[in-house]
Amino acid sequence: MTQASNSSSLKGRKVILHDMCLRDGMHAKREQISVEQMVKVATALDDAGIPYIQVTHGAGLGGNSLQHGFALAPNEEYISAVASRMKQAKVSVLLIPGLGTMKELQAAYDAGARSVHVATHCTEADTSPQHIAYARKLGTDTTGFLMMSHLNDAAGIAQQGKLMESYGAHTIYVTDSAGYMLPEDVKARVAALREVLKPETEIGFHGHHNLGMGIANSIAAIEAGASRIDGSVAGLGAGAGNTPLEVFAAVCERMGIETGVDLFKIMDVAEDVIVPMMDHIVRVDRESLTLGFAGVYSTFLLHSKRAAERFGVPARDILVELGRKKMIGGQEDMIQDTAMTMAKERGLLQDVAA
Amino acid sequence: MKKIKCALIGSGNIGTDLIYKIKRSPVLEPVWMVGIDPESEGLARAREMGLKTTADGVDGLLPHVEADGIQIAFDATSAYVHAENSRKLNELGVMMIDLTPAAIGPLCVPPVNLRQHADKLEMNVNMISCAGQATIPVVNAVSRIQSVEYAEIVASLASKSVGPGTRANLDEFTYTTSNAICAVGGARRGKALAIINPAEPPMIMRNTIYCLTDDEPDHARITESILQMIGEVQKYVPGYRLVNGPIYDGNKVSVFLEVAGLGDYLPKYAGNLDIMTAAATRTAEMFAEEILAGKIQLKAVETV
Repeated sequence: MTQASNSSSLKGRKVILHDMCLRDGMHAKREQISVEQMVKVATALDDAGIPYIQVTHGAGLGGNSLQHGFALAPNEEYISAVASRMKQAKVSVLLIPGLGTMKELQAAYDAGARSVHVATHCTEADTSPQHIAYARKLGTDTTGFLMMSHLNDAAGIAQQGKLMESYGAHTIYVTDSAGYMLPEDVKARVAALREVLKPETEIGFHGHHNLGMGIANSIAAIEAGASRIDGSVAGLGAGAGNTPLEVFAAVCERMGIETGVDLFKIMDVAEDVIVPMMDHIVRVDRESLTLGFAGVYSTFLLHSKRAAERFGVPARDILVELGRKKMIGGQEDMIQDTAMTMAKERGLLQDVAA
Repeated sequence: MKKIKCALIGSGNIGTDLIYKIKRSPVLEPVWMVGIDPESEGLARAREMGLKTTADGVDGLLPHVEADGIQIAFDATSAYVHAENSRKLNELGVMMIDLTPAAIGPLCVPPVNLRQHADKLEMNVNMISCAGQATIPVVNAVSRIQSVEYAEIVASLASKSVGPGTRANLDEFTYTTSNAICAVGGARRGKALAIINPAEPPMIMRNTIYCLTDDEPDHARITESILQMIGEVQKYVPGYRLVNGPIYDGNKVSVFLEVAGLGDYLPKYAGNLDIMTAAATRTAEMFAEEILAGKIQLKAVETV
């Protein structure tokens, strides 16, 4: 790629890429990625030089549930199948306290996971001390992952990140779960974190592409001091998907940001492996755009579409109402509940107790 | 009328709310509150409300148990110190109601199994968790009609209603509640999920219960059983309300509840706090009624 012009103010900056298509992408596949498919994708990404690959149920450890759907295999089976085949990449997992527990983290570690995103809502970092400490005790790379970061201001994010750092997190992530943030929002939060965190604590950014801002936001994060970026090859992820990693890698190459990834190889993975796997083309459509515009958790997309079909209330109406009620990640039960309440108000459903 | 004298251990949200609930009881009287911080707001409030207080933990209470005739204690501290608190008080013949996730005694959900514990004269009963109190009655309402292979509950709590103890120990909450879904709810497998939502104004506690029955569910009988059970809970938690469901998808039964509190100590959104303290108070009342009627007599538990 030497023919591309590669000079910018970020020239020479090193950024660690973290692929999400086998975790966030599970949402877009209704948790139905097989172990064989995971191994195929992960070995291709490993070969392309991606250093971290997240592998779990979409909702992470403990995610198999009626609330979040059941995957085709238990997390440990996915993790061990992938981890045993990696030449250089580390397998990471997602752990949301309140859903996943330390027992499951231990099992994931035993299966070969060596990095964990410990995720809380952006104002609830103090639900993570046990899990972050446990991850450190295991010796894994440990991230504090502040979901729905648009719902806390820069000072609040800095304070929450500082808490997670105090529990032992190596890296603090600004996580734009709703794909709502704009570059200025990202910069303000990352800069506020950079100001309060220890110099050795890294900062990450996890974007969603609901407003088409995944790449611009990731670049803004790097400008403000982030050194880890989540994305997914071909954007396979919840909502309109994550920051498409092959596109981001190309932009990095143009800007002289060093990712260590083979661009042509991940372009091939995107086109030849991921896109053919998609049940629907992951893109900014009416509903995923609504997520980004209304600030709604990206995972709510497919649940809302299903509730819309069942109760006859348009998905966009449900999503806007969920945004108004400030529902957060994990409250997927409230999608059906909200749809039923709206259906009753519109005379489409009868109250059982009436 | 004579009342049974009670001590409250732990001066946080739950302990403070318990003062209001117990004061209202015709058979219980709050006498002592135990804390560990002399400057705590909870202890100051307890003194204002006429209780005796100590900041020396349970050891500060022990010398007064006999003279003040304490017969029932409520422990709202943490799972880590509960066993020791319980041992010390049981030795003095004080019955313990455990509001921590320690769960060393049998698990109690009043409309499901309180009668059974009172008959056995248990000296330590555990109240599981707020989510357990809110959801297990419904799991039981299904499992008493048809066998339940798996039950899953989702509790959404307002951030302002979740104290530091619960936050730092979410796993204990998850394990204790999951276990109780089986042990008391009657499901063969159970799973509990908790979500803490910081929305302003704070959201009222919400609970969703999913049950998978072994055979095709009998809609009419299960719906009737659930409505009846909700009525039972409403007797001690008036803000316990069915919002949506039961709705049936194949063998899956889904129920969507809301729990508003009485607004005693924390505002009404904190139904999670109320359902815990109301259930604990209801449990203590059942024991107190038996003691007052001379049907049971608490005995000191010998240390082994």
